[in-house]
Amino acid sequence: MSLALVGDLSLALLILGLAVWTIGARGAYGAVVGFVAYGLLVALVWVRLAAVDVALTEAALGSGLMGLLLLRAAARLPHDPAPPAAGRAGRLALRVLVGLACAALAAGLAAVVLLLPEPAPSLAAAAGAALPATGLGNPVAGVLLAYRAIDTLLEAVVLVLALIGLWSLAADDAWGGRPGALRIGQPGPALVLLAQLLPPLGILVGIHLAWTGANHPGGAFQGAAVLAAMWAIVMVAGLSPPPRVDRRAVRLVLVVGAALFFAIGIGGVWWADAFLAYPADWAKPLILAIEAALTLSLAAALGLLLAGPPAVDPDPVAAGRAGVRS
Amino acid sequence: MSVTTVFGVCAAALVGLGLYGLICHAGVLRKILAFNVMGSGVFLLFGVVARRGGAVVAGGGVASDPVPQAIVITGLVVAFAATVLAVALLLRLAEATGRTTLDADAPSTAESDR
Repeated sequence: MSLALVGDLSLALLILGLAVWTIGARGAYGAVVGFVAYGLLVALVWVRLAAVDVALTEAALGSGLMGLLLLRAAARLPHDPAPPAAGRAGRLALRVLVGLACAALAAGLAAVVLLLPEPAPSLAAAAGAALPATGLGNPVAGVLLAYRAIDTLLEAVVLVLALIGLWSLAADDAWGGRPGALRIGQPGPALVLLAQLLPPLGILVGIHLAWTGANHPGGAFQGAAVLAAMWAIVMVAGLSPPPRVDRRAVRLVLVVGAALFFAIGIGGVWWADAFLAYPADWAKPLILAIEAALTLSLAAALGLLLAGPPAVDPDPVAAGRAGVRS
Repeated sequence: MSVTTVFGVCAAALVGLGLYGLICHAGVLRKILAFNVMGSGVFLLFGVVARRGGAVVAGGGVASDPVPQAIVITGLVVAFAATVLAVALLLRLAEATGRTTLDADAPSTAESDR
């Protein structure tokens, strides 16, 4: 047994252990903490599977931003009620039955994995062969922004739709106000210092990830997730409140990525004979323009998704000022 | 046994575990967590397929098929957006009714206060 295999096996066992903890922990808070650690280890698995682009996304989004969201939710929610004593035996029997069914499903999937066809079907060669035409060096960026650009376009739209759904959960009297999910009473001095020191570096890292994504692992999503995380730290520390959701500038930033992507895609109908196709000489600059606008929009959308629906401002001074103004 | 076998079986187990938690937990936050575990299991299965496809092309070297990778990245972002929406719905439900489960008959903390 090679050393790498021992490492993979321990990583897999550790992940399974954390997943069992996440599902089986008594309190919701403990389960969320387990889930954040789980997400970081899953990012390591992606590195082992030679998918560094996915590993970056998983670490930033699946573990980092998701962790912040879930920890805030676990802290705000009341405890789940204890199940009633009656019908205990019936519930246990049901659990065993569900457990057996899920184990059968897992066994079936494992069998599929073990019996996958040899040689494996692959689009890697085709993706690599057409890459020079796009001017990109990273085949994943090529798939995201050229071959399967429609997926990326629709995804940018999905984020805006999710944000509309989130905002529409606001109470009537809070509509149009500032998002309130990241508001904490009195941020500690350590958090404030962190929120002052980290963002300058983090913003550089985010922009670098977005820029370098054309040729190396990284890209608009990874960069935007890091930028959104930096914005979230600033909002949690109370250094800068989230913007009012009825501001026109906010909404413009949110849609500029998808709008530019769509406009260039429509332009492709005339200049390159297909929707979302790029004219040969202009592929690289157009892709870079789309990536820049997408990074901005995605970072704003992710940050505002974390900030939650608009809430009534509890700050009496700010509320008083608003009252005087109106 | 290879890296794809180890993590493929691990991913299959994660899907089963996540589905179990999704069905058996009453609390909605726990259901959301379990759903994400299940989702990451599905993504990892896709990643294993991508790794196998990449290995064929690279002649056994370290590479991964970029097409599934790009689709998983899209999937991760959409899963995040869906989780945000689910958590927001849950917080609103707790705010409006005091319940954190989907069981309409369950005793709620708000009712005991009233």
